[in-house]
Amino acid sequence: MNDMTRTGFKVRQPGLMTLIQDAGRFGQHHLGLTTGGPLDPDAFYWANRLCGNDTGSTCLEVSFGGLVLEAQVATRIAVTGANMPLKLNGREQECWRSHAVQPGDLVELGYATQGCRAYLAVAGGFQIPQQFGSTATVVREGIGGLHGSKLGPEDFLPCEASTTSDLWVLPEAERPEYGREVRLRVIPGYQQDHFDAVQQALFYSSEYTTTERSDRMGYRLEGQVVKADIEGILSEGICLGAIQVPADGQPIILLNDRQTIGGYPKLGSVFSPDLARLAQLTQGARVWFEKTGIDEAHNQLWLSRLRRERIQLLPA
Amino acid sequence: MRVEIAGESALIIYFGEHGQPGVAAAVARAASLLRDELGYRLIDLVPSYASLLVLYDPFRTDHLEVRHLIGKVLKRSEEATEQEAGRLVTLPVYYGEDAGYDLTSLAERVGLTPEEVVELHQQGEYRVYAMGFAPGFAYLGDVDERIACPRLATPRKRVPRGAVGIADRQTAIYPAVSPGGWNLIGRCPKRMFDPDAEPPSPVQVGDRVRFEAISRDEFFALGGSLDDE
Repeated sequence: MNDMTRTGFKVRQPGLMTLIQDAGRFGQHHLGLTTGGPLDPDAFYWANRLCGNDTGSTCLEVSFGGLVLEAQVATRIAVTGANMPLKLNGREQECWRSHAVQPGDLVELGYATQGCRAYLAVAGGFQIPQQFGSTATVVREGIGGLHGSKLGPEDFLPCEASTTSDLWVLPEAERPEYGREVRLRVIPGYQQDHFDAVQQALFYSSEYTTTERSDRMGYRLEGQVVKADIEGILSEGICLGAIQVPADGQPIILLNDRQTIGGYPKLGSVFSPDLARLAQLTQGARVWFEKTGIDEAHNQLWLSRLRRERIQLLPA
Repeated sequence: MRVEIAGESALIIYFGEHGQPGVAAAVARAASLLRDELGYRLIDLVPSYASLLVLYDPFRTDHLEVRHLIGKVLKRSEEATEQEAGRLVTLPVYYGEDAGYDLTSLAERVGLTPEEVVELHQQGEYRVYAMGFAPGFAYLGDVDERIACPRLATPRKRVPRGAVGIADRQTAIYPAVSPGGWNLIGRCPKRMFDPDAEPPSPVQVGDRVRFEAISRDEFFALGGSLDDE
């Protein structure tokens, strides 16, 4: 179909790494497919809610910035997450609120000054065909999105017109701050018994730095070496947030695009709300680990969900 | 059998040691029983060698209930007979220098002729221990000790689709072009991962696999290609 006859957004400049993401691909691990989905599900949630969408609707995850879109539809958009300067037709606009756009409008996202992942939602969500039940793009697998890869310069993002929905803003007090340090709560598990008391004490009392070898598969940290009393294990399933320790003793936190199985010893897994904060860090930021329990983690998940649902958006 | 916490909404079941008789079958059986038993509480399952990772929805259940259900199912599974030994899938392979770049060097390293390597590879019946690394990548084992061979010192940047490789006592078919360090001995013309097919992959964890040697002509007739893509 000709672009002129379709409603949606034309990609003028794709940015460093912009990916089409919904909530993620589930129930496909038996094929070796990973989950994908937003690295910061909290910011993703707000982008959708500000557009009045179902909270798993398809958005753009804009890493580092540099995206320019041209609207070919009248609709509403919202940008949340990392601090990326948003401009509509050259005029600076506020993030964490919905905006009306008209055909011909230019939507520009500059480079992040705080955090590194922003989410751009559109009313009704982008209309992308699903693969294995999801639109989530996993570049390593060539699955999802428009063509299994990051957004390209000539891509077209279809969506429906929506001009009746109200415009909303998230109260400032509810917006997260993306700093340069993050506490990572850990649910101990997996091969934790293969790390003796001294190694565990070192791990939980040391500071680590994020490295440039970090991406959607995982974040590699640098700092105090920790050693397991085994080199490798029989390959086994890896869950989100697993803390893998290869032979060099430098931990890797596994994220959404991780391989589904692996053979390095693991200390346990990072609590998911903290992963969202980790994924907003670029190279050279500070992280440290703190033990928590599975029951505490579970309670926190419920509390934060209930709290988030209760937050009222204000009319913009 | 032992159940450990893996993460905030994940438990992992360990079934024993790899290679122990019945372990691979027990993993596959538990996966299928738990899929039904956990139902709406389940997010996903990852069976692998001697373990099963159970990912559950923390807003619909908790680790205590999942542990309880795992215990219940495994008790039932132990009582079941060993009859479900997995489906038998036969995969065609063209073994040859132009299809398996490492066939000659592997033969030299293990002190056999290329013909003997091929013979031993296709004599075996293998078990699908795990799917991972990439979509449709099935870890098969165990290959005959006489043709077991460590990975290449320098992995290839591009292994072609369909390449059949050996690494230690494992063998596998690369479902798509990817980097890889396995010793390549042939090519399979059958697609190991096709997003548009149902099922997308011809094998699943727990299945048994045999390889059947085919000629170069048969390989092409079955849609095989020797291009590096």
